[in-house]
Amino acid sequence: MTTIFDVLIIGGGVTGCCIARTLSKYAINIAVLEKDADIASGTTKGNSGVVHAGYASSREYVRRNLCIRGNKLYTQANEELNFPFIRNGSFVVALEDKQIKYLEGERKRGIEDGISGLELILDKEKIRYMEPNLTDDVVGVLHAPTAGIVSPYELTFALAENAAMNGVSFFRNEKVKRISRQNYVFKVKTSSNEFKAHNIINAAGLYAAKISKMVGLDYFDIMPRKGEYILFDRNALHLNKILFPIPTKVSKGILVCPTIHGNTFVGPNAQNITDKKDIATTEAGLKEILDGGRMLVPNLPTRASIRNFAGLRAVPYNSISDKIGDFIIDNTDVYGFINVAGILSPGLTSCFAIAEKVEEFLKLLGLELKIKEDYNPIRPKPQRFKDFSKAELDEKIKEDPTWGRIICRCETIPEKEILDAIHAPVGARTVDGIKFRCRPGMGRCQGGFCRPRVIEILSRELYIPPEEVTKRGEYTSFLVGKTKDRFMEITEREELE
Amino acid sequence: MKSYKSDVVIIGSGAAGLASAIEIKKEDLSVLIIERDKELGGITLQCIHNGFGLKEFQEELTGPEYIQRFINQVLDLKIPYLLDTMVIEITKDKLVYAVNNEEGLIEIQAKAIILAMGCRERTRGAINIPGFRPAGIYTAGQAQRFVNIEGYLPGNSYVILGSGDIGMIMARRLTWEGCEVKAVVEILPYVSGLLRNQVQCLEDYDIPLITSYTVTKIHGKDRVQGVTISKVDRNFDRIIGSEKFIECDTLLLSVGLIPENELTLNAGADLSKNGGPIVDNNLETTIEGVFACGNVLQVHDLVDLVSAEAQRAGKNAIEYINTRYGNDIPSQGKIKCIAGDNVNYIKPDFINREDLSKDVIFTFRVNFPDRRVQIQIKDEENNVIYKRKKVYVIPSEMVELKINFDKLENKIESDSIVIEVIPRPEVLIEEDEVL
Ligand SMILES: Cc1cc2nc3c(=O)[nH]c(=O)nc-3n(C[C@H](O)[C@H](O)[C@H](O)COP(=O)(O)OP(=O)(O)OC[C@H]3O[C@@H](n4cnc5c(N)ncnc54)[C@H](O)[C@@H]3O)c2cc1C
Ligand SMILES: Cc1cc2nc3c(=O)[nH]c(=O)nc-3n(C[C@H](O)[C@H](O)[C@H](O)COP(=O)(O)OP(=O)(O)OC[C@H]3O[C@@H](n4cnc5c(N)ncnc54)[C@H](O)[C@@H]3O)c2cc1C
Repeated sequence: MTTIFDVLIIGGGVTGCCIARTLSKYAINIAVLEKDADIASGTTKGNSGVVHAGYASSREYVRRNLCIRGNKLYTQANEELNFPFIRNGSFVVALEDKQIKYLEGERKRGIEDGISGLELILDKEKIRYMEPNLTDDVVGVLHAPTAGIVSPYELTFALAENAAMNGVSFFRNEKVKRISRQNYVFKVKTSSNEFKAHNIINAAGLYAAKISKMVGLDYFDIMPRKGEYILFDRNALHLNKILFPIPTKVSKGILVCPTIHGNTFVGPNAQNITDKKDIATTEAGLKEILDGGRMLVPNLPTRASIRNFAGLRAVPYNSISDKIGDFIIDNTDVYGFINVAGILSPGLTSCFAIAEKVEEFLKLLGLELKIKEDYNPIRPKPQRFKDFSKAELDEKIKEDPTWGRIICRCETIPEKEILDAIHAPVGARTVDGIKFRCRPGMGRCQGGFCRPRVIEILSRELYIPPEEVTKRGEYTSFLVGKTKDRFMEITEREELE
Repeated sequence: MKSYKSDVVIIGSGAAGLASAIEIKKEDLSVLIIERDKELGGITLQCIHNGFGLKEFQEELTGPEYIQRFINQVLDLKIPYLLDTMVIEITKDKLVYAVNNEEGLIEIQAKAIILAMGCRERTRGAINIPGFRPAGIYTAGQAQRFVNIEGYLPGNSYVILGSGDIGMIMARRLTWEGCEVKAVVEILPYVSGLLRNQVQCLEDYDIPLITSYTVTKIHGKDRVQGVTISKVDRNFDRIIGSEKFIECDTLLLSVGLIPENELTLNAGADLSKNGGPIVDNNLETTIEGVFACGNVLQVHDLVDLVSAEAQRAGKNAIEYINTRYGNDIPSQGKIKCIAGDNVNYIKPDFINREDLSKDVIFTFRVNFPDRRVQIQIKDEENNVIYKRKKVYVIPSEMVELKINFDKLENKIESDSIVIEVIPRPEVLIEEDEVL
């Protein structure tokens, strides 16, 4: 590729896409490289989706401030980008009297640091009124009304779509293998191409240390820490609040939490592992999270679980500061190479604040950041069948009949929404890509009914045979061949004879 | 928005929907069938094996052959139907909303509605198997659709979890296609589907059946590479050290079916423990004038019983329209039917007192297999009102009883009755002697 990008972002998770979108207002040339078949395939796909209020971590950590700032930035971003998000508020739940002191301390520190609305509630009746599913053992809660829930991948798709609308180029299936440098131009070699850029932003999640080492910067490591989840059917349990236990040293504990789409999940646990691809759930882990969740919500609807999954936190060890577990956001000694690494929790919450920081770094590097005249911050809300009134629906189907062909019955998704997901900027190319963009297969039947139809649509729209349609890229195809292939061979031969 | 009127609207055109439609049309009431798929017939269309119609036609037919006989009647009777049309909402006032891509949103005012939406398969999440989430995991019915309707193979080598009928039938089907079925793994100590399928689909093809085992881990990050199976004890807890690895590229799940209850639930009908709506002896749900039959009510193993149940639902809907519709006829009270010992669930959930002079048809499944049993019905005072012997019961075969309570010696005075399946008293003695 001959273009020299002003900024090349490695990693298409929420961090990379948020940086891309934030920079897309400037008259510069930006590209995002993602190794997988789709963006939002890494940690961004498997996490709690909580927009934290920001009270939890220690003040020495940059992530505390970025989280508090990031939380605030969600309001405007949501107005512009129209991703699924609400501020439903969280409870940190004390089950013993002695834990109240901890909550009081967190409240005080939080208020000092500018978190609004933090409130210690000890009136059990009021607590149970606000969250009827909470255990009877509750003695008090710290209520954070600014905490919210978001669909992390839909946020990321919204960011990428808006970035692409404003000129950012996205390249998927491009795994960065080598980086070299000549006359202040980085040459980035991927599995199949070469890209050139003046500045590189390393937002490669679990692999950020590997990318950093490619330019000779070897001062941190990333260790994967697994968190497992169980998701329940929408009809089985409905929570108002995000419920946290009192946190431990390693994590915020096992929460019970509503999702933005009305399901409930329990998780995550925290398990240090070594294999960065090990997103397998384990029997022990699933038991651990159920036991943990029952402490907060005793009657978890275990029979109504529809899916279990796991995500990996990118836990950094920084050998310069000798700190474990804080974000590494550095304008490094390699001029033009910015590390945005070790973005563990609350990275999702902090993404807009992290992007602001990167913006500052680029200014320091002397990149001219002039706002484009035609910059459009609005990413229109995807049209959803479920949001229409009956009359609107009727109109819509008359305008475009694909609104009237229902593909996913659990979530009531018509063909039109799937076509939109494919043809959107940075659109879906895989079955999972469609599932995460517009939810067919997310419901209680988990694709039992819609999968054959989704495969058929992808095959038709992308002009590929059904056998080449994949779940999420290379080696994940659904079908191995036609049933009558062997039979055809025989009859053809017979005819020849 | 298009608006229509029809005496009866039937949702679903499977065995249940078609049989009830024919029944209603015979009475000369107007009826409309709504089907979301592109043709009439429902799940039987993908069941190309034989074993259908032994009761209804005394012939052994394939699924498509069986259903074609009903489709032909629907066509002969000129019963109207909408295809590619999905019902998205029904209301207590019996308004039915549906969408399709030709007419847009359609509103139909009905006097009575028959729910015949069939069932869906339980998935991996429902049984919480730990491990990776690669491509290559299908429900058995999904694989059946791919192979029999779309003409595609989902994999080359298979492990099938669950010995339900669909799983066993697919084991044979895939073997015919030249695929390798490594094993059918069943957590129970016995096959959960019909004996006939165990013999004809597994034993005849030397497909290993591994009972008291379950899949405890799925291997493969991208595509399935194998599964670990483990032996379980009586409480279904895994026995540590019993793990075995089986290499395969596909895992099929045949772990149960659940009535399709989204619409039923949204309409405000109450559901019972088996996942279907609560019904009285007329198959009427807790919403007046809304009836249910077929797999949406309870999962059936024989299509013939579905057709028979659907005919009853049709007749009852006719009677409702001709007598109760628009008239306030006071009820004489209801008797609750409770599932007792070794009864998993019972239909109907209620009997109307005024119907005690009619035949009441009970259907239920047992929790575990048993031989030489007594099926009995007791009132609240533990008086046995009815009893009957049966040689054996197994969970995979639905039991049907037809009882006219007015003809029995003991009358039901209480507000509830219990149905239970117990070992025959005399058998107990015999076996004691043998011991
Ligand atoms: C269990 C769990 C719970 C969490 N809960 C919350 C929460 O409730 N709230 C919150 O705020 N945060 C939470 N987080 C944290 C949050 O999920 C992460 O901070 C965020 O998703 C990180 O996004 P990312 O873009 O940095 O990383 P990723 O999403 O991992 O993106 C990195 C991308 O880089 C790509 N990449 C890697 N190597 C290469 C290469 N060589 N070439 C090209 N591309 C490459 C990857 O494929 C990947 O797509 C949680 C995390 C976990 C694991
Ligand atoms: C794989 C399999 C193998 C079987 N093998 C045998 C056998 O060998 N012998 C035997 O006797 N029995 C067999 N059975 C049992 C028997 O065939 C079924 O129980 C019976 O066909 C169910 O009929 P139904 O009408 O209740 O459901 P279905 O046939 O499932 O019909 C339901 C219909 O409703 C439609 N529908 C659902 N929701 C909506 C909506 N919202 N709007 C519009 N339409 C909707 C569906 O598309 C479907 O066509 C088998 C069943 C299965 C699943």
